Amino acid sequence: MNWTTFFAMLARDAHVARRNLPALLTQTMLQPLLYTFVFGRVMISSGMMAPSYKGMLVPGIMGMSMVLTGIQAVSMPLIAEFQFTREIEDRLLAPMRIEWLAVEKILAGMVQALASGTVVVVVAWLILGTGVGLNVQQPVLFVTVVFLVALFSASGGLALGCTVGQTQIGLMFSLVLAPMIFFGCVYYPWSALAGFPIIQKLVLLNPLVYASEGLRGTMAPQYPHIPALTVAGALVVIDVVLIVTGLKQFNAKAVS
Amino acid sequence: MGVGVSTKELRKVYTSPPPMAMGAAGFSMLGTRGGAKKAFEIVALDRVSLEIPPGEIFGLLGPNGAGKSTTIGILTTRVRPTGGQARIGEYDVWRQQVEVKRLIGVVQQRPNLDFALTAREILVFHGAYYGVASAERVRRATELLERFQLTDRANELVRGFSGGMMQRLSIARAMMHDPEVLFLDEPSTGLDPQTRLLLWEIIREYNRSGKTILLTTHNMEEADALCRRIAIIDHGHVIAQGTPAELKASIPGGYLLRLRVSRSSPELVERLQRLPGVTEVRANGNEVDLYADRGGPLIAGIVGAVSEAATELHDVHISEPSLENLFLHHTGRSLRQ
Repeated sequence: MNWTTFFAMLARDAHVARRNLPALLTQTMLQPLLYTFVFGRVMISSGMMAPSYKGMLVPGIMGMSMVLTGIQAVSMPLIAEFQFTREIEDRLLAPMRIEWLAVEKILAGMVQALASGTVVVVVAWLILGTGVGLNVQQPVLFVTVVFLVALFSASGGLALGCTVGQTQIGLMFSLVLAPMIFFGCVYYPWSALAGFPIIQKLVLLNPLVYASEGLRGTMAPQYPHIPALTVAGALVVIDVVLIVTGLKQFNAKAVS
Repeated sequence: MGVGVSTKELRKVYTSPPPMAMGAAGFSMLGTRGGAKKAFEIVALDRVSLEIPPGEIFGLLGPNGAGKSTTIGILTTRVRPTGGQARIGEYDVWRQQVEVKRLIGVVQQRPNLDFALTAREILVFHGAYYGVASAERVRRATELLERFQLTDRANELVRGFSGGMMQRLSIARAMMHDPEVLFLDEPSTGLDPQTRLLLWEIIREYNRSGKTILLTTHNMEEADALCRRIAIIDHGHVIAQGTPAELKASIPGGYLLRLRVSRSSPELVERLQRLPGVTEVRANGNEVDLYADRGGPLIAGIVGAVSEAATELHDVHISEPSLENLFLHHTGRSLRQ
């Protein structure tokens, strides 16, 4: 394996990400933070929401930001680079097996997802003020879940980015990302869907459910959540499926 | 020492449309399989064998869709061959991709520059991918930018570059890691005549340092001026191969006279064939092609023959021995068609 080439590509992505940072941050974090403000501050201070909602919201918002950032950071450039201009060609010709370029994209996406998750938690905390009530009891499990969520977002971005064409980007947002967020247990725990048994079963197909529930279970276990180990298991399966699909699609796109 | 390139019985059949940027815009559909299911199948290359010794400038000449870009695609690991073998030096291109990629530099038909970077960054990062040392890649980038007259725009994103500037930068990038074999797919497309001459000079100079160069073109003049040897390719087949001089000498007669008449007839063809120095006559509708060992001196005879055959002469076009005529001779079509 040619690590020189691999790290040069990581350096390239870091360089580009630095340049695009303001745009990327606005794109992925504005929505979660506005949501945090409206529901965590406005609704709670006006008494329409219970103050305990703060701690419920933060893990969900963190999961959503990580997933959105990872997916967008990997898929959007890939969609553009594989189009008409084939910007990616130069890197496909670099002296390294092309699968490693896909791996590099996943790694770069994970770093961005982690960065976005960290920033969102900090900023959300600042917006919400006191009484958030986060409580990490099992740091190893927490870190594992965070890592698996980052991997899911970046490999999901790879799979989507190598499947969706430039003309279908709008469709990707309205058909994939929007339902994923609203049925992703971001704003409510999975148990809150008990009154809608069919929906409650169906949303288990949505990977974001495991991200939100996993983070909730490890950051704020006082709220109802799916057991963290079950979540971690599900995330491992999702990650493997997405990586395999993503690599396969990447190869199909890269070589004719 | 230099590195050669060879292909043996190379075949490529596309079963799905190749991406536009692989240079597959104008495909020759010779193997399209019909039938109820309408399976997509295009034979892009059919048993192409080439042998390019180290240090040679070799040209692939042919019209759009002939298979030139597919050949380059396979030789540069970007297209999976359906059959046959392609080698760069001692390495099998498909099985030893990483070793091959280390040896080659590629300029694709369409500029595929990294739009997220500036011109200088494109060169410097390219060097980094190939493990060129940090100070060295900065030095080389500066030198190449200067050489390709891009210094004043070096720190701009390439999005706003003109086609010609992008093309120059693509070529500079391919030279960044000093490859042993340089592939140039239609390198002078979109360049003005002055830049084209600069490019030719750069290619020749690069070749003088012992590097092998494989270029494709549909420009006869370019093939003639640059290449030591040429393969003429059409519909996925190599139809002729040799030095430009050898190839030109292989055309019967050398001169081609294209006549346009109001009506051609067997009688006209027969009369034309009897003219001195005419080696071959081909009639196609109201166009008649004469291959002969002379040009202008034949006109009087032609005028006589045409009037004797009771038809009218509208136009005569004489071309001297050239690769263009060679292509026409082998395929019945002009390269520009």
